[in-house]
Amino acid sequence: MEKVKVLRKYPPKRDNILLILHELQRLNPNNYLTEDDLRLVSQYLSLPISEVVGVATFYSLFSLKPRGKYLLRVCKSPACHLEGAVSLLQEIKNYLGIEEGDTTDDGMFTLETSECLGHCAEAPAMMVNDEVFTKLSEESVREIIDRLRRS
Amino acid sequence: MRLARSHVLVSIDIESVASGAWEVLKRLKEEISRRGLLEEIKVLETGTLGVTGLGVVLAVYPERIYYGKVKPEDCPRIVEEHFLKGRPVQDLIIKEEVVRAVRRDLIGPMREQKRVVLENSGIIDPEKIEEYLARDGYTALEKALSLTPDEVIAEVKKSGLRGRGGAGFPTGIKWEGARKASAMEKFIICNADEGEPGTFKDRLILEGDPHKLIEGLIIAGYAVGARKGYIYIRGEYALSLHRMHKAIEDARKYGLLGEDILGSGFSFNLEIKEGAGAYVCGEETALMESLEGKRGNPRIKPPYPTVVGLFGSPTVINNVETLANIPAIIRKGADWFRTMGTESCPGTKVYTILGDVNFPGLIEVEMGTTLYEIIFGYGGGIKGGKKFKAALVGGAAGVFLPESLLNVRMDFDNLKQYKAVLGSGAILVMSQEASIPKMLHSVLYFFRHESCGQCSPCRSGTRELYRISGHLLERKGKAEDLNTMVKLSEALWYSSLCPLGQSLIMPVKSALENFREEFLPLVQ
Repeated sequence: MEKVKVLRKYPPKRDNILLILHELQRLNPNNYLTEDDLRLVSQYLSLPISEVVGVATFYSLFSLKPRGKYLLRVCKSPACHLEGAVSLLQEIKNYLGIEEGDTTDDGMFTLETSECLGHCAEAPAMMVNDEVFTKLSEESVREIIDRLRRS
Repeated sequence: MRLARSHVLVSIDIESVASGAWEVLKRLKEEISRRGLLEEIKVLETGTLGVTGLGVVLAVYPERIYYGKVKPEDCPRIVEEHFLKGRPVQDLIIKEEVVRAVRRDLIGPMREQKRVVLENSGIIDPEKIEEYLARDGYTALEKALSLTPDEVIAEVKKSGLRGRGGAGFPTGIKWEGARKASAMEKFIICNADEGEPGTFKDRLILEGDPHKLIEGLIIAGYAVGARKGYIYIRGEYALSLHRMHKAIEDARKYGLLGEDILGSGFSFNLEIKEGAGAYVCGEETALMESLEGKRGNPRIKPPYPTVVGLFGSPTVINNVETLANIPAIIRKGADWFRTMGTESCPGTKVYTILGDVNFPGLIEVEMGTTLYEIIFGYGGGIKGGKKFKAALVGGAAGVFLPESLLNVRMDFDNLKQYKAVLGSGAILVMSQEASIPKMLHSVLYFFRHESCGQCSPCRSGTRELYRISGHLLERKGKAEDLNTMVKLSEALWYSSLCPLGQSLIMPVKSALENFREEFLPLVQ
């Protein structure tokens, strides 16, 4: 089983928990950690399940509920704020018809906000899965979403 | 973002267009593409380069080579000889005196910088260890291994290098503390959990010159007596993670990491840990908790990490930029390092200039450069010819500085006089059109969101400040709210467990003191 393979890549030491959780989440087509994942990690690292859940819920990159195929993370930090991140976020909400934290009904997109992505000289920015898009405008985000929808 | 190795500026003005600038531009792009150099050589159209009477002029950076009277048929030669083989075409080069007499590149990204940590960024291919080796890479390590650990520490102490993560603690003293601690095991950590809003200097070092960081880490490990080091990189930095993994693998193949490095008997290993989206983990003790696989809650200090750090062992934790300074200090010596910067803060500093400026970006200049020079010289002044209003210096945990402080020299100690901080080196520039109350609200949102919730002053205080600030913006505020905000941030300064809650006082107080006139209409 693929999950076991992921676990075996790392010695069963607690300090590997973030790396393991990252990999298990990436393995899931819905980009989240299932209860089963958390139990597996708890057994493998000999940690109480509460500790594992505590870690998984502390960090914003982990999700315990299913997310879309594409995870949009719009940067809301001050530099992007100055360049219009607020209206950009509103445009995406309108275009996808969802609120922050929600997933579209077709399971394609999840909308989240993020703290500084470190692309401030090209603000405003957002990440789609692992890819960064910069110098966004209301037109360009619509184009990006349309393109992802077709792909 | 991929960094280009060179930039070619093609002058487009009346004279050069008459001499065939468009044809040269077209041919140049074709040749670069034909040679597969599109990723490495960026061609930019620019206005006049200030050289007259010499037809079409090209300027190549960072080499600072100017070509004159360029014809389309010269392009294959320039691309093949200069860009592919690294041999500038001598007969087309304009004499330096001519260029110097007319050069106008005093503004913006082409203005001369002092590059130490960024000396290779954008020039070498970061995924090829050979290119780093060709630029004196790992010679500092070789030199360090020929010295005793105490000699290495003495050199770093003498250089006066101070931590570039924001606090400015002397690096050599930190190393010495960990060296003197007696323990079976010691650790080095590189803090690459860059999350301060407006900051991306560490990202460009990780992406642009990963081996420089590795070299700095091995030297630190040798000096302190650690056999194991960690690089903690935030999870959002996908490209940084990829490049660092590759660099570590290559260094291992070359025997620069692992057992008995360069036959010295010293062994050192590096491991990358990936963060998962928590700003508070940039705080050193929270980072160690996270690295141990726990929630990133900060620890109570003292004991300091150099005494009780990772897994309870003495640990040195340094910022990326700090460690990237180490190879040059060891290679060229502390005296050389002290020729740059100010007496109490030698060396350079990397700044990120953002917001309403003409040329947002990353620069490295000497410590002590004025804020004015950074914003108007390197940043090219305010976008659209507008008036300067404020600069938020040091990131969200920074200070709103007004126009009257533009001439302040930027270093750790000097800024302290103005109750300001250098912080991460982020400089967010706001024009006359920006609203300070709205910016402060955005900063407070950030703190409320990122407070880890462990200690109650910060957990409740950040919420309350955000709530009051929101009320102000909705014009529901009362006159005493402004004082309440200052008092609350003072309470957080006194009682919070870690710098996250403590530093809120800086943006809150500076905004309310320096820009009070913008808040007063909100409470009437």
